[in-house]
Amino acid sequence: MDFIFYFGDVFSPLSFLLLLGGTIGGLILGATPGLSPTMAVALLIPFTFHLEAVQGLILLGAAYTSTVAGGAVSAILLKIPGAPANIATTLDGHKMAKQGKGAKALQLSFLASAVGGIFGVLLLIFLTPVLAQWALAFGPSHLFWLAILGVTVIGSLDSASVVKGLLSGCIGLWLATIGFDDIMGAQRFIFHPSLGGGINIIAALIGLFAIPQVLTMFAKGRRASGAEVIEVQKHSVLDATKELLRRPRALGIGTITGSIIGLIPGVGGQIAGLVAYDQTKKFSSEKEKFGQGHSEGVIAAESANNAMVGPSLVPLLTLSIPGSPTAAVLLGGLLIHGIFPGSDLFDNHPDVAWTFINSMLVGQVLMCLFGLYVAGLAARVAQVPQSVMAAIVLALSVFGAYSVQSSMGDVYVMACLGIGMYFLERFGFSAAPLVLGLILGPIAESNFIQGGMIADATVGKASYFLSGGLNIFLIAVVVASIAYSAWMELRTRRHTTKEEAQA
Amino acid sequence: MNRSQHILGSGLVFAVGIWVTWVSYTQSPAEAFLFPRLIASVFVVLAGWTFGKAVLGLSKVGSGISRTMFISMVPGLAVMTVYVFWAAKALGFYTATAIAFFILLSLYDPAPHSEGKTWVKRAVITAVFVAVMYGLFAKLLSVYTPREILF
Repeated sequence: MDFIFYFGDVFSPLSFLLLLGGTIGGLILGATPGLSPTMAVALLIPFTFHLEAVQGLILLGAAYTSTVAGGAVSAILLKIPGAPANIATTLDGHKMAKQGKGAKALQLSFLASAVGGIFGVLLLIFLTPVLAQWALAFGPSHLFWLAILGVTVIGSLDSASVVKGLLSGCIGLWLATIGFDDIMGAQRFIFHPSLGGGINIIAALIGLFAIPQVLTMFAKGRRASGAEVIEVQKHSVLDATKELLRRPRALGIGTITGSIIGLIPGVGGQIAGLVAYDQTKKFSSEKEKFGQGHSEGVIAAESANNAMVGPSLVPLLTLSIPGSPTAAVLLGGLLIHGIFPGSDLFDNHPDVAWTFINSMLVGQVLMCLFGLYVAGLAARVAQVPQSVMAAIVLALSVFGAYSVQSSMGDVYVMACLGIGMYFLERFGFSAAPLVLGLILGPIAESNFIQGGMIADATVGKASYFLSGGLNIFLIAVVVASIAYSAWMELRTRRHTTKEEAQA
Repeated sequence: MNRSQHILGSGLVFAVGIWVTWVSYTQSPAEAFLFPRLIASVFVVLAGWTFGKAVLGLSKVGSGISRTMFISMVPGLAVMTVYVFWAAKALGFYTATAIAFFILLSLYDPAPHSEGKTWVKRAVITAVFVAVMYGLFAKLLSVYTPREILF
């Protein structure tokens, strides 16, 4: 129950102001189509350099939580999901808005998001210390396999092609080796002076997540958004709360599904929302109403996508393994302050860990309160032409990458990685495993070298890395995740081929 | 997506994979390249597999780039390249940002170019945005950016 002791720290003036700013800003950014939660958090990192570690994390955590919820605004009022996590919300949310129930849909979405989000953060609070203590038993070989597991799970589950997902992970792991080797001091793959100090993670994150979005907006050309905001009529919040309480099944299924999915590395909010929507529909006595503007559809989808936020941070805070691209960006935010997640975080920086987690709890309440009032403004922001958005994101990326260490080299690296990633994405590669490879590469390498030294002095490399219960378990999970994804890919391909043949 | 695009994309990745593998296995000291060798071996095998599938026409994932998309993107990409790799340093961050921002707005804004009002609106948006960036980065965060001409 350590978290209670640090609850007051959330309400210190600057921390609370940042929490408020992050929440309101996140709601507006989340409502903007094309600005994903990961990109929003990556663009915010440069603003945290001058803050204390805990204050920086409060800002990033608040932005993460509220961008996911804010995406519901454009999903409901514009039929454009602000983020992939809000796809399921459009199915019934927009229909409700068209029926004149836009305000009710928004209120239900924020209330359900808050319930799901609070449950998810409570899960984070109670699971994290237990797992962090368990992680103390991990040796170099286990940490090496955990890092590889982080890359392969996301590589296989987050990509449409398992091979391309794993290849993206390999590219990330290779990029992480660029620069001077830590042990021998040897130069590795330095083919340009900008790469002398290796690839800066923050600049890389900004480039990999923001620049492909900028180029995607350019590729759409001089096109008006065409989306019209549906005006919202006034609706009583009390009535929306009563409606939410009348739908405990949708709320329960959404919250539990989102929490479980959040714990699995690589499976994002998009899956959580869609699975929760599907399961709620299956168990509902009003199946026929789904897709026609049914409140249960909005409740299930929104409670699920926010419930996954807290649990998605469990692998990061306990094992230093980011379970999602946004968690990887948050890890970047921790590392710039010299803080490493895991037991070190809870033993040596409990104030940082618990104040951050508590702020996410308070942030859910703020998000619910402000969401209802900011929704109208957020929907207007969502109509900002893509040309303006692209230019803003490009300039923020350049300034953000430069401000990391006042180096033009970082700006060049950011742009090159971003342009490269855009083309790779068009060919079916995914940014998430590449980022995970880049972040987990140094962890994998240092433990591989350290483990190798221990192995040479004891049982030999093969025995050290490939035997022992935990090693075998981790290797089995790596193999199982790849095999499962390959099987699913084959099944989907066979199904598609059959459908094509029938057509 | 057409086959040649798959071949081009996966071919480039495969070429990088071969280069990484060659460097990893030929550079010394060998101890420093132990981990890169491990990565490079998997990298080149997966890249080879992807390239082989592309050559055989079996690559299905990825929507590629259509001619229309490419034509729409090229002007923006060109402005971005000049802005990032030359103008930001040569002209100074704020001057270069103002110019690049205004050009990008003019290139991609769906509003008609023939109306004077539209141009005034673009100029105002640019001025406000650069002022906000200056306030945020120069004043609030005290980031000293290259300032060659003007500010």
